[in-house]
Amino acid sequence: MFKKILIANRGEIACRVIKTARKMGIKTVAVYSDADKDALHVQMADEAVHIGEAPTAKSYLQIDRIVKACKQTKAEAVHPGYGFLSENRAFQEALAKAKIVFIGPDAHAIQAMGDKIESKKLAVKAGVSVVPGFNGVIKDVAHAMKIAKDVGYPVMIKASAGGGGKGMRIARNEGEVREGFERATSEAKSSFGDDRVFIERYIEQPRHIEIQVLADRKGNTFYLGERECSIQRRHQKVIEEAPSPFLDAKTRKAMGEQAVALAKAVKYVSAGTVEFIVDQKRNFYFLEMNTRLQVEHPVTEMVTGLDLVELMIRIAYGEKIPFAQKNVQLTGWAMESRVYAEDPYRNFLPSTGRLVRYMPPLEGKNVRVDTGVYEGGEISVYYDPMIAKLVTYGKTRSEAIEYMREALDAYYIRGVSHNIPFLASLMGKKKFEDGKLSTNFIAEEYPDGFAAKDLPAKDPTLLTGIAALVHHAYQARAAAISGQVSGHGRDLPETWMVVSGEGKNQSAHQAWVSPHPEREADPNMGPASGVVKVGARTLTLASAWTYGHPLLTAKIKIDKGAATEVTVQVDQRGAGYRLFHAGAQIDVKVLTVREAELNRLMPFKPPPDLSKYLLSPMPGLLVSLAVKEGQEVKAGETLAIVEAMKMENVLKAERDGTVKKIHQAPGSSLAVDQVILEFA
Amino acid sequence: MNAIIKKLDEKRRLARLGGGQTRIDSQHAKGKLTARERIELLFDEGSFEEWDMFVEHRCTDFGMADQKVPGDGVITGYGLINGRPMFVFSQDFTVFGGSLSESHAKKILKIMEKAVQVGAPVIGLNDSGGARIQEGVNSLAGYADVFLQNVLASGVVPQISMVMGPCAGGAVYSPAITDFIFMVKDTSYMFVTGPDVVKTVTHENVTHEQLGGAMTHATKSGVSDGVFENDVDALLQLRRLMNFLPRSNKEKPPVIPCVDPADRNDYSLDTLIPENPNKPYDMKELIAKIVDEGDFFEIGEHFAKNIICGFARMEGSTVGIVANQPMVLAGCLDIDSSCKAARFVRFCDCFNIPILTLVDVPGFMPGTDQEYGGIIKHGAKLLFAYAEATVPKITLITRKAYGGAYDVMSSKHVRADVNFAWPTAEIAVMGAKGAVEIIFRGDIGDKAKIAARTKEYEENFANPFKAANLGFVDDVILPHTTRQRICRSLNMLKTKDIKNPWKKHGNIPL
Repeated sequence: MFKKILIANRGEIACRVIKTARKMGIKTVAVYSDADKDALHVQMADEAVHIGEAPTAKSYLQIDRIVKACKQTKAEAVHPGYGFLSENRAFQEALAKAKIVFIGPDAHAIQAMGDKIESKKLAVKAGVSVVPGFNGVIKDVAHAMKIAKDVGYPVMIKASAGGGGKGMRIARNEGEVREGFERATSEAKSSFGDDRVFIERYIEQPRHIEIQVLADRKGNTFYLGERECSIQRRHQKVIEEAPSPFLDAKTRKAMGEQAVALAKAVKYVSAGTVEFIVDQKRNFYFLEMNTRLQVEHPVTEMVTGLDLVELMIRIAYGEKIPFAQKNVQLTGWAMESRVYAEDPYRNFLPSTGRLVRYMPPLEGKNVRVDTGVYEGGEISVYYDPMIAKLVTYGKTRSEAIEYMREALDAYYIRGVSHNIPFLASLMGKKKFEDGKLSTNFIAEEYPDGFAAKDLPAKDPTLLTGIAALVHHAYQARAAAISGQVSGHGRDLPETWMVVSGEGKNQSAHQAWVSPHPEREADPNMGPASGVVKVGARTLTLASAWTYGHPLLTAKIKIDKGAATEVTVQVDQRGAGYRLFHAGAQIDVKVLTVREAELNRLMPFKPPPDLSKYLLSPMPGLLVSLAVKEGQEVKAGETLAIVEAMKMENVLKAERDGTVKKIHQAPGSSLAVDQVILEFA
Repeated sequence: MNAIIKKLDEKRRLARLGGGQTRIDSQHAKGKLTARERIELLFDEGSFEEWDMFVEHRCTDFGMADQKVPGDGVITGYGLINGRPMFVFSQDFTVFGGSLSESHAKKILKIMEKAVQVGAPVIGLNDSGGARIQEGVNSLAGYADVFLQNVLASGVVPQISMVMGPCAGGAVYSPAITDFIFMVKDTSYMFVTGPDVVKTVTHENVTHEQLGGAMTHATKSGVSDGVFENDVDALLQLRRLMNFLPRSNKEKPPVIPCVDPADRNDYSLDTLIPENPNKPYDMKELIAKIVDEGDFFEIGEHFAKNIICGFARMEGSTVGIVANQPMVLAGCLDIDSSCKAARFVRFCDCFNIPILTLVDVPGFMPGTDQEYGGIIKHGAKLLFAYAEATVPKITLITRKAYGGAYDVMSSKHVRADVNFAWPTAEIAVMGAKGAVEIIFRGDIGDKAKIAARTKEYEENFANPFKAANLGFVDDVILPHTTRQRICRSLNMLKTKDIKNPWKKHGNIPL
């Protein structure tokens, strides 16, 4: 076996490869940029080599420096992870020249599958079903319209060289073909420097299901079941699972065999993924083949019990796959959520900065966290803002979902915005629970984007009860302060009012707190353990939580029901608390009955009207202002440019008005919601 | 007997009604609680002991003889906050607009004098239209008597003012002398002269809110040490604050049971200081991660944000924290931040509260604004306060400690007891670039030479070791061990006993 390998990647995937290498007794070399000096993958590796500045083009894409790092550290092979140089021919050639093994497929397969038109031709030849369409070069608009007619509407016009959603258009009639063809061509040209596009039938309500294949150099090519990745936001996968709730054994076998046929056709070696689009009648069509380890590979590992990275390394070393197709069994259900540093309430704007607090859920046989960050680490502007892949495993799909919900509740991240509320909301959707997925799922379930109201309105009993118990515990401790007149300590009330919301939306629930019957005897029970009556329900809560802990994990029994484990995040805020559960965030105050009575007299202060202000939508730099004080502006006119994440964002007037006052000068750094200028 | 008890009950009932139901309703309609309701929220349930409920004014002019309300517009007495006795006066706006009469003042004086004698804090809940004009100079005399008593009590017992309504004219000077002034948003204001007078004299048009509202004083003047959303929030938070404070200068700060381990390491602190020395970081993160449970009661949060002051606990006992905030004005010392911190340091010293100073200071703020404003004298206040303080003083330099600001920020030289530095500390007269441009003035044209000299200076001075060599820093510590090292130091210092030379009082550069 290799003695030492280099991982030409960063973040969670680099860490994940290092874990397997370490398990196999292989020494590891990490590479890093200026921005990653203190990154987790650097800390985990046996050695680390600096390869350049923070921008990827100056570090992680620097082929020469990575090859040099291999030579310098005597690494025998390179695992490329995904992205970066994982599907780069020049990189493979450079490695081959230096006699360093590439842990992945051979260059010819990467090249063959890299081009959408080429790969489709190959697929057809290998007997793989493809979406009806035209694979040749489209001459002009008239040609495009003819093809569209042959294929049948609706059609999709897509860049040949593209990935993701760039340069993609849907057309339902001739007019739309005309417009779409022109747009797609020009976008393809500007994005990829290649203006070729192709046209194919557009599948309504499609599902994205992909087959994991694995091949060695001894002629074995197997499929390891499928992953469904239909939950996508703007063509970026959000949730993946294995198996798919949609496939039957027959379809699975047919898809698997076609995938293997394609892999064999290109003499594929190592792990690869054949992506299919599946329509509502379980017709499946080849989409593309990814010639690398996929981001979402862990769900396959969880249901097959295999370690794909280990297999890739063994295959690269020349070993034979140590099992046969018939041994590949899918057991249980795995689900993966991609946890991103992005603000779901602000149209998923990426968020960067310091992870002031970072506590992932505990890993175990049902929970796996693939991450490349740690508390005090940085989410850099230079790279993908993925914080982690949260993977859960259950005997059934609903069990996997339940574990996912719990794990999301226990995922504590502060300092950067994150999409956990959104993920939790997805996990609560009935259609998701029922497995009724399609790539349009998010667009259909959140037609106006994601907002706090999308979070499931849960029975308030649970959070009310927990807030009351936590507050009671804090008050009991404060009542134990030194320097009291003896015998005159505060007698705590048993009845608390849990108040949330403001003004008309204010709600108050009464909670009656009493000690947990077993608290004295059980040293594992913390101060919030107790019995609380909320309305007609009685909650018995046993928790190790103690003062100042952000996570309250408790065994909770409601009335005479069975005890279930629940995790709630508890942040103290002034005289109140902010609770997080199931993606929702609730601010509460816990008051005595009298305090609550007087609190009702307090005026509701509506939040200030911000429509008169231009606010910075993100933290960034004010590059320029296009207007002066006193200037009249029309709706749509450019007001200012804010640079964030190396991107310029043009802020435009939403309605006509006059600029009254300019609050920020160009060059100033802006916080989120900072006032840039004010209208009259 | 029965009849006399009935009479007492009736008298009490009337007294409790203050200015009557209509005025109570009007107080509520303004979003304010009544003086009695406020006391209810301030103290432990049922612990308030009222004095002078039947005191009435003695004014006979302007028909006042017929207008008497028992209590005369202020409710006084004592009660318990978590079992600890504290005194209170709560002005009753429903009675003569809470205006201060001779009797009203006497009631306040009575509890203040007793508070000093027994060593218990005085909490003032201010809600008063001003002087009782009908009483003329008697009312003014009342104010002055209260001011004098405020001064005498200063440094003996904590005096806290919660302004929950108007507080204008001479009335402002009683809160002004007290240790902390808090205000309630939208319903309180303080000013020496009101908007009408301002308009007549200076032709400025300002509203009450702009001139002396809670946010004005919290952000612009620094008069207010904190603002709260409403009366209920204010009083709950005031209870929280009182849990940090000793009752008098004879007591040690109170202790609450602590579950946060003293030896808790926080490895994320090892990456708190950014690679780039000019990049800011949030000092509040450091505070939250080293104190018990991250619980911090900030004083003056909205004013002079380049310095952070507030109370926290270490192993259950109170510490006062003063910290430069690199997020604002690079954490430099200027007039406002010096004054804010100086007053806070002196409060801690008065009341035996150990001071933890977290230093990342690039120096004093330069400029004509600052020099004309008297930064020399204002900066000296902080220096004076630190040097004079005899309470345990622990200092941690996280990054920059440059120039005179290094000396000021609780350095060894002004009698700090324990001085720590993180390995990222740079203790020097100034930053490398500035220093090199002065020392090697002749080489300024030669970029390579300057770069080499800068590097040399950085290696020699941009670290904590020079200071550690000289014993100005007791130890260079790993950031993740900060809590443990501070807890140990505080424990060692529990029995610290030093005295300043006898004097009537020092002469701080006011």
